[in-house]
Amino acid sequence: MNDASTSVATDTLVLYGETFQSRLLLGTARYPSPSGMEAALRRAKPAMVTASLRRQGVVSADTSNAFWELLKKLGIPVLPNTAGCHSMQEVITTAHMAREVFETDWIKLELIGDDYTLQPDTLNLVEVASHLIKDGFKVLPYCTEDLVLCRKLVDVGCQAVMPWAAPIGTGKGPINPYAMRLLRERLDVPMIVDAGLGLPSHACQVMEWGYDGVLLNTAVAQAQNPLMMAGAFADAVQAGRSAYRGGVMAEQEAAQPSTPVLGTPFWHHAGD
Amino acid sequence: MQIFINRIPHDVDASATLADALGLAQAQPPFAAAVNLQFVPKTQYTATPLKAGDQIEIIAPITGG
Repeated sequence: MNDASTSVATDTLVLYGETFQSRLLLGTARYPSPSGMEAALRRAKPAMVTASLRRQGVVSADTSNAFWELLKKLGIPVLPNTAGCHSMQEVITTAHMAREVFETDWIKLELIGDDYTLQPDTLNLVEVASHLIKDGFKVLPYCTEDLVLCRKLVDVGCQAVMPWAAPIGTGKGPINPYAMRLLRERLDVPMIVDAGLGLPSHACQVMEWGYDGVLLNTAVAQAQNPLMMAGAFADAVQAGRSAYRGGVMAEQEAAQPSTPVLGTPFWHHAGD
Repeated sequence: MQIFINRIPHDVDASATLADALGLAQAQPPFAAAVNLQFVPKTQYTATPLKAGDQIEIIAPITGG
């Protein structure tokens, strides 16, 4: 490879034809303070930040406005989500409201099928994704690592999918490595691992497998030092990506000396 | 007639529009609105009549994952 082909600068993430310099997407919830969130986001320089919508009145106008102003100040593309939606109509309405508020066609499609695990409703996810695609949204669907589901999401027009590593907020890391690696091999669209990552090594791991990016929130926001953890994840994502592009060595069953044995001094003299 | 704004009951005139309801709720930008789970673009607020029992949702940006 020449310098150009190995350059980080030329290795960009492309989603729906848009180019992003970072392969890390970060959430904005659960930080100890707005200033702590701002510092973490400035350190990580994510491709996008997720945001949501809630009833005015439940959220104070001051809190909402402060968050709004911070988003504008940071200038990072916003990825609104449909978190908490349990029906297709809720998703569709929320997506349209988000498009008007955030002035973006991006939508992180969340259709929850089970409140305990926050597992997506995979039986209805494809249909609602198709609807949103037809409405002109750039849909990034939160889904499981099920190959057929992901393939059907692509078939209806999703140009990227976002399989979970583990249930949201658990920090368990990839709980089904076999399926995730197989999914990566079988599907040739950008895939972003969304949810369940707890450690920078988890992010590095999935990037080594060839995933195109990661989206996480709690692992940074709930770290004892979110600023430091944001940097750790940014570095880990880049390390994993470089490792994937570098090509991992073939694993060996037996030890093989890395130092040449030819010319080893005292060879065959031991015990003489 | 009675309508519901973010689940809270309000009494409004029978001729009230969504724009009236948003004024009643003192909705502050940025926000978006829906009536009975149907999104209403901001250009349509004054042209959207309400009827008794309508459920109006007014939402605002918040942090999210």
